[in-house]
Amino acid sequence: MRNVAILGVGMTDFGRLEDDTLMDILSSASIHAIDDAGIDPKLIDLVYVANMGGGILNHRTAVASGLVDNIGLIPAAADTIENGPASGGSAIKNGVMAVASGYYDFVLVAGGEKMRDVSGWRATDFVATLTHPDAEYIYGITLPGMAGMFANLYMEKYGYTRRHLAEVAIKNHKNALMNPYAHVQMDIAMKGILDSPDSVVNNSPVAEPLHLFDSCPVSDGGAAIILCPEDRVKEFNKPVIRVAGFGQATDTLTLAERDDPTDLKAVTLACEQAYKRAGIKAKDIDFAELHDAFTILEIAEAEHAGLYKKGGYKKAIESGDNKITGSLPINPSGGLKSRGHPVGATGVAQAVEATWQLRGEAGDRQVKNARTALTLNFGGFGNNVVALVLRREK
Amino acid sequence: MDMELEKMLRPVEFDMPEYPAKVITLATGGQMVVRAATRRDVPTIMKAVTPTIKIERDFYDVVGSRVYAELLAWYKYRYRNCYLLVGQINNILVGLVNGRMLTDKIGISLHTLAIERGLRIGAHLFASKMEHHIEFLDQDEVWITAESPIGFRRWMIEYDLIKQPGVQHELGGADSFMLTRELYFKSKDRLVAGTRPCPKDLLEKAKSEIIIADDESIVTQICGAKGAWSK
Repeated sequence: MRNVAILGVGMTDFGRLEDDTLMDILSSASIHAIDDAGIDPKLIDLVYVANMGGGILNHRTAVASGLVDNIGLIPAAADTIENGPASGGSAIKNGVMAVASGYYDFVLVAGGEKMRDVSGWRATDFVATLTHPDAEYIYGITLPGMAGMFANLYMEKYGYTRRHLAEVAIKNHKNALMNPYAHVQMDIAMKGILDSPDSVVNNSPVAEPLHLFDSCPVSDGGAAIILCPEDRVKEFNKPVIRVAGFGQATDTLTLAERDDPTDLKAVTLACEQAYKRAGIKAKDIDFAELHDAFTILEIAEAEHAGLYKKGGYKKAIESGDNKITGSLPINPSGGLKSRGHPVGATGVAQAVEATWQLRGEAGDRQVKNARTALTLNFGGFGNNVVALVLRREK
Repeated sequence: MDMELEKMLRPVEFDMPEYPAKVITLATGGQMVVRAATRRDVPTIMKAVTPTIKIERDFYDVVGSRVYAELLAWYKYRYRNCYLLVGQINNILVGLVNGRMLTDKIGISLHTLAIERGLRIGAHLFASKMEHHIEFLDQDEVWITAESPIGFRRWMIEYDLIKQPGVQHELGGADSFMLTRELYFKSKDRLVAGTRPCPKDLLEKAKSEIIIADDESIVTQICGAKGAWSK
């Protein structure tokens, strides 16, 4: 097996891109990544596109076939990968295996979503199609609803309060202010979202105990990376960012069938696999991009990834250790909470951010001395999770 | 001016209690003063409305043009029983709403124009407008229509307004909806923010000057600069 590196990365703005189609978004992100890599597009021999909603939201299917045609990559092989919100992580994992196996040399992995074409409730319903049709969806469950129930259990079990959730939101909003690609660029304050009488209106309930500012926005956006064999990176005069490890694990589709709904087993397993393949321990991670579709998920994922013991993240919240200036920054990009969550793009955007950080190209949000990163792409409600360990090689 | 004709053209108006100013703490922690503006303020406020007339995004062009016409007509005494509320943060005008009394018991919601976006300013100002009609003008119902999808979501859906088949809102076009006193009080706790009295120093400061951002800043604030190819 060959070592695999990320040669180039690119993103579009995340937000409401009303003048752009899904194909514009995927094309722009891909071209940015190709430009960043400095590669002749003719060298790209495989394309994976992560997308969840093209068919439902945009009346556009087979988007990988469309992308290779649109940006002149024919005759590269091309596949669309749909794995719910973990589509991006899955596409990268498949790209890594394609290069590692020796079958392909230069793989473009692009993720994109155009979700703002429809109303918020239609977008919420679209995401809810990933739940169990007979045991969950039919009863009106949504992802915010699941997250609310999960939050109640998790907070009671480990002693978290709404203030801890609000602190996560405030941190991620501050980080996003330093990320020009982020969807939400607003410096929120505890006074405005929790501590004043007006916070009841500003920060309305979504699914108790989760409120508006505990939830990620519905976003349009795209992200892309170019993968190649590590030994070919030097041809392009780029730093070597190795995909040192990946892991993927699944759990029951129905949340109620889990022995303990607060135990995100797939997160733990995926991370353990990724650490093992990378030859590291959780303590070696310098920063992480976690899948904080809701603030409670940043907390639960940080703990299930082994970065903190169960219930231990609250100390990091209280001390600020999870901030960019702390010893283990979480979501320096702003996370899904503020960078945004175009579902198919998210897992790829996490890898883009991690690459920028490891290269030292993250500008004002640069994590000092970042060498090893974890990205965690959380599909379904933790029933299909992809973890990546990226490391800057000397 | 022919004062004899002007006397006939200028409408007789109801006595309208002034909206008592309040202060709203926004999600950022910043404070927005919401207060009644006067006719004298209109020329200044028009400077913020003018650049919105050419903004296609979210029907700002339709709303901006109509607000411009409504304010001008009110300023020149050609629109009866109107009021104008403004939102100011550090004296800067961040949004405005207007409406009028159709009868002593029926109010007309005219427009809501948010100049700064993303902080629920439009929603806070619309709620203030409903508060004015029901609590201070003591009206039983407010007739409302929407010209943008955002308005429809914010007003018709969030307040669960009652559709009025066969009733024509004076803005024309779309269906007319109604907020009743009962609906208002049902929604008040979750939708109407603000504290009274507005601290004297804050109110005096807000009244001392209405600062209008430059045209480019207003357009950028409303449209943003997001696009797939912008980086």
